[in-house]
Amino acid sequence: MVTTANNIIFELKQVNFFYGSTQALTDISMDFEKNRVTALIGPSGCGKSTLLRLLNRMNDLIDGTRVEGEILFEGRNIYNADNDPVEIRRRIGMVFQKPNPFPKSIFNNITYGPRLTGTRNRADLELLVEQSLKQAVLWDEVKDILNKSAMTLSGGQQQRLCIARALAMKPDVLLMDEPTSALDPISTAKIEDLIEELKKNYTIIIVTHNMQQAARVSEMTGFFYLGRLIEYALTTDIFTNPQVKQTEDYITGRFG
Amino acid sequence: MAATRQRKEQAIQMLFFLFAAFSIVLLALILIFLFREGLPIFKTVTPIDFIFGKFWYPTYEPPEYGIWPLIVGSLVVTFIASAIAVPLGVLSAVYISEIAPASIKEILKSVIELIAGIPSVVLGFFGMVILAPWMQETFDLPTGLNIMNASLVLALMAVPTISSISEDALYAVPNEFKEASYALGATKYETIVKVIIPAALSGISTAVILGMARAIGETMVVLMVAGGAAAIPESLFDSVRPMPASIAAEMGEAPFRSGHYHALFATGIVLFFLTLAFNLLADYISNRFKEVGSATL
Repeated sequence: MVTTANNIIFELKQVNFFYGSTQALTDISMDFEKNRVTALIGPSGCGKSTLLRLLNRMNDLIDGTRVEGEILFEGRNIYNADNDPVEIRRRIGMVFQKPNPFPKSIFNNITYGPRLTGTRNRADLELLVEQSLKQAVLWDEVKDILNKSAMTLSGGQQQRLCIARALAMKPDVLLMDEPTSALDPISTAKIEDLIEELKKNYTIIIVTHNMQQAARVSEMTGFFYLGRLIEYALTTDIFTNPQVKQTEDYITGRFG
Repeated sequence: MAATRQRKEQAIQMLFFLFAAFSIVLLALILIFLFREGLPIFKTVTPIDFIFGKFWYPTYEPPEYGIWPLIVGSLVVTFIASAIAVPLGVLSAVYISEIAPASIKEILKSVIELIAGIPSVVLGFFGMVILAPWMQETFDLPTGLNIMNASLVLALMAVPTISSISEDALYAVPNEFKEASYALGATKYETIVKVIIPAALSGISTAVILGMARAIGETMVVLMVAGGAAAIPESLFDSVRPMPASIAAEMGEAPFRSGHYHALFATGIVLFFLTLAFNLLADYISNRFKEVGSATL
């Protein structure tokens, strides 16, 4: 793995994570590079989503969880007591497995985050809505119905709206937790194109069950099994020349 | 074999239909009875005079059958009780479902269920023996049995209804909405105010209206602590005679099929339509947002 230190946005050192007394992640050490797409793959329950949710402290919302080790975001440990999870989440956007727009208008979905940080000016908000929706390649489909409920959109449109909503916060990183697993192939293709487009400006970390998707969209891939990081390398290497037997078994479909 | 199975299915279907039909027919008969006994009053007094008449002297000669003071009495205690119970009920539901740690949550929920289980006559007793003398002394009133007293006790009765239904509505808000809000950097308070409560609003409105319907139909409390004066009140410390109290107090004394008797049934009809309106409103509100996918009951 050839990287230069200043290119690393996330640095994980010996991370252990527990749900109560159950250990979900064991000794994870890995770096994530800036403006890259990194895919996390592995069978269900391997800890990949848990890891993703550690990066923006979403696991804080679950009672009885515990983190050990260090997770450095731009060199600062985000689990330090003086770091506010609210601040962290404003800089690290997240897109969930199931599209989850608010039961509000399309416009208000996008402006929800920016309003929280104090953007009140109508013109600014309108500009932000247009920019974000254009970035998420949804603008042409919804520009005339911005005041309609987001719940009237199709699943694929809802997911792109959720991406636009995350982008409206102008985050540095976009975490995606199986963003296409609830979508049809056409919507999936659109989201993948979008990821291709977004990686120019954002660091993207994507959890996926779909190995073809990992191969298509990512530059780096990490394979997880039973809470451990088994192999982490360039995507091309993982899929053509895996070094660990378990990785090979998984990607060739022998288990998982 | 298939034929027997089919006959069995049909028999079961029939059985369920009979049970369902029985309860509905029973209710329909009660309703018919209510109308049959109530409507004859309109031979002696017009509906307008009955509802808006200012004097309720059913035993005078000639009698006056104006239930406006009773309607006003019911509405006043209901609205004041709601003004007290709605913030208490809704905010306690928010606290229980979103903020309280698990241990406190369980205690609070049981306490609220306990309040719901107190027989209304006991609450009325409390209003009579504790609240009334205290009010009379503190505010130097001629009587402690008045609008304020009845409203406070009714509020206590409505809080559990409002709280538990609101709580269900808040629980029904999908976790995904909360996660989305937190992931955008919202605090807990912002998430509650801007996402959870709006998403549960239809359910909360239903809770409020059902709580009000409970208060307006409640008989024992208003009979015991509202004071019983069939006059239009001028202050919050005046006595009133809400409709259910009037019916309960006078029915035993009214000669069978007399004008007074019919007038009391007609009061029951008015009360029936008021509660029906509350329930229809609750139903309408809870259905209204269903299609857009927000949380409802």
